[in-house]
Amino acid sequence: MSNNVIVERERGLVELERRIAEIRAANATQPVDMSAEIAALETKYRTIQNEVFGSLTPWEKVNMARHPSRPTALEYIERLDRFDELHGDRQFRDDPSIVGGFALLHGRPVMAIGQQRGRDTKENLQRNFGMPAPEGYRKVRRLAALASRLSVPIVTLVDTKGADPGITSEEHAQSEAIAMCLHEFTIARVPIIATVIGEGGSGGALALAIADRVLMLEHSIYSVASPEGCAAILWSDAGKAEEAAQRLKLTAQDLQQFGIVDDIVPEPLGGAHRDTDAVITRVWSTVSAALTLLAPLPPAELLDRRYDKYRALGQWQGRSLDPVAGAS
Amino acid sequence: MPEWLSNRRNGRTQDVAVWSKCPNCGEVVYRRDLAANSFVCPRCKYHFRMSAYDRIASLIDGEFVEIGADIAPSDPLGWVDRRSYPDKLAADREKSGLIEAVVCGFGNIGEFEVGLGVMDFHFRGGTMGSVVGERIALLLEESLRRSVPCIVFTASGGARMEEGMLALAQMAKTSAAVSRFGAAGNLFVTVLTDPTTGGVSASFAFQSDVVIAESRAVIGFAGRRVIEQTIRQKLPDQFQTAEFLLEKGAIDMVVERQNVKATLTRLLEYAKPVAR
Repeated sequence: MSNNVIVERERGLVELERRIAEIRAANATQPVDMSAEIAALETKYRTIQNEVFGSLTPWEKVNMARHPSRPTALEYIERLDRFDELHGDRQFRDDPSIVGGFALLHGRPVMAIGQQRGRDTKENLQRNFGMPAPEGYRKVRRLAALASRLSVPIVTLVDTKGADPGITSEEHAQSEAIAMCLHEFTIARVPIIATVIGEGGSGGALALAIADRVLMLEHSIYSVASPEGCAAILWSDAGKAEEAAQRLKLTAQDLQQFGIVDDIVPEPLGGAHRDTDAVITRVWSTVSAALTLLAPLPPAELLDRRYDKYRALGQWQGRSLDPVAGAS
Repeated sequence: MPEWLSNRRNGRTQDVAVWSKCPNCGEVVYRRDLAANSFVCPRCKYHFRMSAYDRIASLIDGEFVEIGADIAPSDPLGWVDRRSYPDKLAADREKSGLIEAVVCGFGNIGEFEVGLGVMDFHFRGGTMGSVVGERIALLLEESLRRSVPCIVFTASGGARMEEGMLALAQMAKTSAAVSRFGAAGNLFVTVLTDPTTGGVSASFAFQSDVVIAESRAVIGFAGRRVIEQTIRQKLPDQFQTAEFLLEKGAIDMVVERQNVKATLTRLLEYAKPVAR
């Protein structure tokens, strides 16, 4: 049993897929024509598929974003023309939950940086379930600063439950590591494109996501707090996670309305893992097109635009000194 | 009480309690004596969580002119949990006499004009939503325009969940404002008070030139309970205190509250512009 509602729902469809395949195989060898039955089953399959995946609730999207088969950062990065991984924070260690290095995207040099969760239990343990420690954020900062100096654009892939909440991470100043990552992304003199490919968990995700363009996969999520954490604190009941997911407005569609997200990359029916190749191709061509648009901007203008973009985020009542900024 | 403060307090419910009980040692202290002692327990030196205006009064000599005071929180998500967000805001407004969790403005510390922001834990646990982020950004921008140093006292449980991603985005907004301020070469000091955690800790609190912490303040990224649940064991008492962070190299100094103003004054003297 999986506790992922999407995985549970896929079971019924997988069963139906198996039956259709069986009857097809039988139909090829037996004298009775069963093509009508096959067509009926296929119609049923498509109907169920549409019912199950046609419109996902926020909680279903949370589960889709955490789907064990959902493509991870490395699958995207490995699809680039070339990738030379750079390791370490130069101070303490290399954090495997952050993968980064020089790459070629459609022939253009980029600095690719992603949060990497595991694709199985063993890798999850090695990569700390994609929750970066301070060393990981210091690696991100180092690579971003390097990219800025060499005028190489930065592309990031966001997929984390959040920054690691352990004793050692606190001892190594997790707050400072994230804060300085945010700082570096506000001053980097190159275009930055961030893509949320799975779960964008709080400050630990934002550390890779101050960008000139922020993209989200259609069924990814991006939230101030995990629905479980939010429910535990505001409802004093972690069981209210589904309601919290509904309230938090953490879907790509909601966040586009708030100006948090610039573009949504569509996923196939049933989620990114149903056609990984197509999704990865689509993400990289969207990122590449965004880079092409930003490339001609002089760094000073790029930085001004980035400043104005983040400066305008927020909603309040009443007058501000700056009358254009976000007043509702 | 300075005139700006009594004007500010007119008709407010502040200072109703005459006696305060020390949460650390249980000593019951007459409120006026406590105020005279910088809200530090005379018996055990526990630092009470100060209201923003008490803090400002303890630091500023003369007038304090607020900035961003005319913006108030809205309810972008239409948030409801066990209570609605507007209900919570109204209750905290009543309780604290504030309309948001930070007060920002300009005034003098001794001979130095400074931009000063003070967060108040009594309003929504000092959490950062759109208004807190906007006021901090306005403070930094106006300090930059006036070419004066900027000081922010933090006290925060992190980003405000009731405003969703718009709250998280304030970490980006304030970071951008700190970067611009810093590039112009003026001094930015943060004073971390109890407690400073989450999204505030992981943005402007740790982006300053000098990070001061008040004695025994709890400072960290993840909350203590979250860490204890993750590792399934109890944490030592000293974990995430100002003294612990000093030992780990995360902050510049730990200062007793009575010495905070003198410490800030000395820093302002070092950063004073000199004729070249």
